[in-house]
Amino acid sequence: MSLIDSLPRVGAPKLPKVDGLIPWIVPLAIVLVWQLACVTGFVPSRVLPAPTDVALAGWKLLLSGELVRNIWVSFWRASIGFVIGGGIGFAFGLANGLSQLSAKLTDTTLQMVRNIPHLALIPLVILWFGIDESAKLFLVALGVFFPIYLNTLHGIRTVDPQLIEMGRIYGMTDGELFRRVIFPGALPSIFVGLRFALGIMWLTLIVAETIAASSGLGYMAMQAREFMLIDVVVLSILIYALLGKLADSASRALERLTLSWHPAFQKK
Amino acid sequence: MHEALRFQPVDAEPVDRADVVAKSRHLRRVTEGAARGLSLTIRGLRKAFGDNEVLRGIDLHIPAGQFVAIVGRSGCGKSTLLRLIAGLDAPTAGGIAFGEQPRAQDVRVMFQEPRLLPWARVLSNVEVGLGRERSSADAQARAERALVEVGLGDKRGEWPSVLSGGQKQRVALARALVSQPRVLAFDEPLGALDALTRISMQQLLERVWRDQGFTAILVTHDVAEAVALADRVLVIEDGRIAEDVTIDLPRPRRRGSAELAALEGEILKHLLEGSEDTSGL
Repeated sequence: MSLIDSLPRVGAPKLPKVDGLIPWIVPLAIVLVWQLACVTGFVPSRVLPAPTDVALAGWKLLLSGELVRNIWVSFWRASIGFVIGGGIGFAFGLANGLSQLSAKLTDTTLQMVRNIPHLALIPLVILWFGIDESAKLFLVALGVFFPIYLNTLHGIRTVDPQLIEMGRIYGMTDGELFRRVIFPGALPSIFVGLRFALGIMWLTLIVAETIAASSGLGYMAMQAREFMLIDVVVLSILIYALLGKLADSASRALERLTLSWHPAFQKK
Repeated sequence: MHEALRFQPVDAEPVDRADVVAKSRHLRRVTEGAARGLSLTIRGLRKAFGDNEVLRGIDLHIPAGQFVAIVGRSGCGKSTLLRLIAGLDAPTAGGIAFGEQPRAQDVRVMFQEPRLLPWARVLSNVEVGLGRERSSADAQARAERALVEVGLGDKRGEWPSVLSGGQKQRVALARALVSQPRVLAFDEPLGALDALTRISMQQLLERVWRDQGFTAILVTHDVAEAVALADRVLVIEDGRIAEDVTIDLPRPRRRGSAELAALEGEILKHLLEGSEDTSGL
């Protein structure tokens, strides 16, 4: 509330409506250039179909119901796998962050397992689960587990010890200390883990569905490849991008909601 | 008594209802004030960290309601003494006895860092100070009163991150005061503040101490601050009380007066004696 703030702004006119559109300028420009390149024949349609062709393919699949069904199947796998893996990772993160004994018991093991790329387990997973749903869920859960686990653990371990001492001095019970000091303090780090995990979730699902599945977006793309339907392949890739963006936006919104105390999230 | 000082708000605030409330509350308190502080007696107090003996036998009696300042070089053990008094650490030998058995909320500490919860609004941060009484029905009203007392009634809904350093320390003070402690220990609470903010904070500390009548123990490296605020200044050297100076000057004390300067000079001289190295101050 300084004097400067109360003066009318001269240099920077506010364009609130345009402001939200700025991030979309670049993707839009790319699509335009792409369209132009295809229409002029600079890029042959066998290599890359025009955006309008992709949209058309999407429309057809939408009408047949195939698109919605596949998106739903992928979305369902992603969410269930995420909830299972994330839930277990969060629980281990909490336990190992709060209890020395628990950390001693399990942390070394988890760190060893972490160093195995989870996608390297695909052959084994197929042998174990076949190409059943559980195979995909297992892989997604495994992939999501580590970023959530590591960041929850890190968040809890790096809570300001002075604040914890303060809480104890003011007579907080262990439960209150967790609820009022430790958990909120660890939350920014947990969100970092969440966003990493969302990225890994899509990656794992794409790979798993491409290799071993009978439905889902990855399966749709592989089927299209067999029949040389390159527009459907591009469509599936674009949908993955959109879903990824959607998940990211959701986690950001949650972050803004719960971290409004954080200077980085405060409106100027 | 020094009404003029006591009612002087820390910031220039318009006289409003909150002020009137503060005054009436104050009048009520004066009557009970004298009985609120706790005396404490320390006998043969020792504290060692491994082989390093930080406190080597402290004997000390602090009467109820006294304002004691503890000064000394860095590492002389003054903060350790404060932590022992506040019950944050256990002594190696000896003991501390209070005039009465204090309840948990009777002894409060204020640190150099405000230690506010960044994710809690100012008012909830003050409510933390109520300890076990946090869930009582009048918790919020009490927290609001404590905030008004430190002149931050209008900041109740803010996040700590938007406050200045001095304001954060005032919130920390409100949190320490809200349970109406009988002993309040200050561990260099003004050490990180700029000179002007320090002076207004010193006046605030003096005012709430006179209002509430708690026993105040202030650890500071600033001798001028010690002589301006305290009834008594203890100089700690090598884990022992090297000097016990009574500051018998009327309040409010005028900063920069000749008597204060003389006392400050005397104590500083003592602190510097026996060593050319002044970096420890």
